[in-house]
Parts: sequence; structure tokens; C-alpha cells
Amino acid sequence: MTETDCVECGGTVALHDDSEVGEIVDCETCGVELELLEAEPPVLDRAPELEEDWGE
Amino acid sequence: MSVEIGLLYSRIRRDEKLLLSELRDRGHDVQKIDVRDTMFGVGAAGGEGFNADDTENETSDAGDDTEEATDAMSALAGCDVVLDRCLATSRSVYTTRFAEAYDVPVVNDPATARVCADKVETSLALTAAGVPTPETRVAFDTESALAAVESFGYPCVLKPVVGSWGRLMAKLEGRAAAEAVLEHKATLGHYEHKVFYVQQFVAKPGRDLRVLVCGTEPVAAMSRSGDHWLTNAKRGAETAAFELDDHAAELATAAAEAVGGGLLGVDLMEVGAAEDADAADSDADAADADTETESRYTVHEVNHTVEFKALNDAVDRDVPATVVDWLEATHGAETDDTSGTDDTEQVIAE
Repeated sequence: MTETDCVECGGTVALHDDSEVGEIVDCETCGVELELLEAEPPVLDRAPELEEDWGE
Repeated sequence: MSVEIGLLYSRIRRDEKLLLSELRDRGHDVQKIDVRDTMFGVGAAGGEGFNADDTENETSDAGDDTEEATDAMSALAGCDVVLDRCLATSRSVYTTRFAEAYDVPVVNDPATARVCADKVETSLALTAAGVPTPETRVAFDTESALAAVESFGYPCVLKPVVGSWGRLMAKLEGRAAAEAVLEHKATLGHYEHKVFYVQQFVAKPGRDLRVLVCGTEPVAAMSRSGDHWLTNAKRGAETAAFELDDHAAELATAAAEAVGGGLLGVDLMEVGAAEDADAADSDADAADADTETESRYTVHEVNHTVEFKALNDAVDRDVPATVVDWLEATHGAETDDTSGTDDTEQVIAE
């Protein structure tokens, strides 16, 4: 488990060891969705907003 | 022998994590390709005359603020097969086409992606193949769309031609609502919203069915139940393993064949029971319902970048392992690993 800071509120975000670049994690402090941009060291940014053609 | 697999993505969902884990556990080399950071060249721009390294050097010299992008042809060149897991339909349609142009095998085939991405194309393909699908009318103007709506009567359904997760779906209960929704759609801006896809309302019994197909073979199925008329898992529908009967399995296969086959999610609705129940409530409806489907099912959607995490939770079968089994079988991969499933004959029983 790795910890880093939320880019929105500064709270602590815990990342599982099997976290993948491109994965979305929720900040448990402020609820914002964050995207893992880099694994080591972890770099987070706000996740993209929902696009109209997303889905399966 | 391990296989180099390219995974096109823009977001790693639990579905992708399950696949990545299974592929890596079996010793395959996986190259994740974020399509947001990638450029896809056409002709010389993506061919031998293009040097991505030179580009990177140039951009680096220009300063840290200059954007960089991976050259798709270079990234895909070493892949034995590319798996399209793009979250966005537009990216999926184009990137699979580029993979094909670069002579890299891709799952799913771009022709399949194009048919599945557009509900009009899907309806035409299913109908041409004789697969029962809800009656549909398409119009390009609000007045003709209203005529299409009125021809069905109420309720009927208005769907976006491109879209997922049940978004922007409208169950039209009366003319006033139909007029309002059509007016709103006409002002949304994108031309696709002016393709009015009107469909009969199917009174399903509180659930629909999702069948995962590998190639043309159904490998697992679940029901998705809820009180809302939309029963997408994404909308919170309850999921449960579903045992396909022979007829449903045949329809899933036929639907997959109709769109070209591949790794697909075929969605079916049961039509018989609900129609019988409705008949007791409405003689008029019963008279109109000429049961154009002798089938007990109707296929309303085929998904080409199918999500399967909910299915994996619902059924006993190891879905990602089954998918990788199929990938290995169809792309000539053989591994020394014995962790793969060996239950392809048990498909229908789950």
C-alpha cells in the first residue's frame, strides 16, 4: 500500500500495490475521482469528466 | 510461448485489471497503450518515413511545455494482437481501424466495432441476419420522428444512436413528452442527436440478459434486474447468473455472427411472459401485439468493448480466464502455464 496526496483537497489517498497507471481512485476525504498518471512515485490528477460516448 | 499483447485503453477499469492480471499470470507480455497519449499516422506519417524518436527529440529540445505523443505504429508494431479496451466509442472505432491498417490483428475487428457502436447499424445487421430485435424506425427530422413515435403508440423508446450505460434513453409515455424530448434532442448540438432512433417498448419481465460471447460462442450469462425500465448494471441493476436455454444460446451466437463475431456482450430481453401479462390488462395492446417475434427473446444490443466485471462476480466461471483462453486459441498462443480454464463445454450450464 502506497500513500499520496489528493490534488483536490490534500487528503491522503491510499493506493493498492497492484494499482495500474490509468486506474481511477476515489479520494475518501473529498470524494473526487483521481486518475493514477504515474505509478512510482505515484502521481495523481483529477479524472476526466464523463464523455458522451463512454461505455461499452 | 508468450504472446505480446497490446492493450488500447484510456481508463483502467476493474475489467482491464482482471484481464491484465490473467495475461501476466500466464506469462504474456502486455503493452498498455493509452490512446490519449498516442498519435495515429496515416500513410508516410505513420509508416517507414516517420521517426517517432526524432519527434521526441525535437519536442524535448523545444522545451518542457511541448506536448509529446507516442507513435501508434511503432507501439503496435511488436504486438501479436491488440485488444481494444477503449472506454470511448469514438476512439475504439478509429483505433481498431488503425490497427488493421498497420496489419496488426485486433480484437475486436474494426468492422465489428463500427456495427456495434451505432444502434442503426446494429439493428440493420441483426435484422439482415434474421435475429429477432425490437421493431425500430429511424427519422432525421423532429416531425418525421414524431410520426415514427406515433406509429408505435405509447409507450415507445427513443435512444441515442451512440451511447451506453442507459444514458439519454427516453421512454415516451405520451405525445407531450415526445414533443418535448424531440425538441430537446434537436438542440443538443451534435448531429448524431438528430438521428432519431425510435423503438417499440418491450415489456420485459423486470430484467434483461447479458451474454458474453467469445468468437460466436456464448461463454457466460447473467440477468440484470431492477424496478426501473432500464436494467443496466451500471445503473445499479441486481445481477445473477443465468442459465441460457438452447434457444437463447443460439440467438446469442447468431447475433455475434451478425456483427462479425469477437469478444462481445449480447443483450437480450425475454418477451413472452411479459406480453402475456400485459394482454390481460389491455385487449387493445394484445390485438396489436401480433407477436412478430415467435422467439421468446429479442436481441436489443451487441457491445463490442464489453465490460464483464459484474458478470464475473455473478457466475461461477472465471470470466477473464475464459477470455484469455479464447485469445490464446484464436491468436495461436501456447503457454506452458496450465492455469487456463478448460470448461468451454460447460458454457450453457452456468
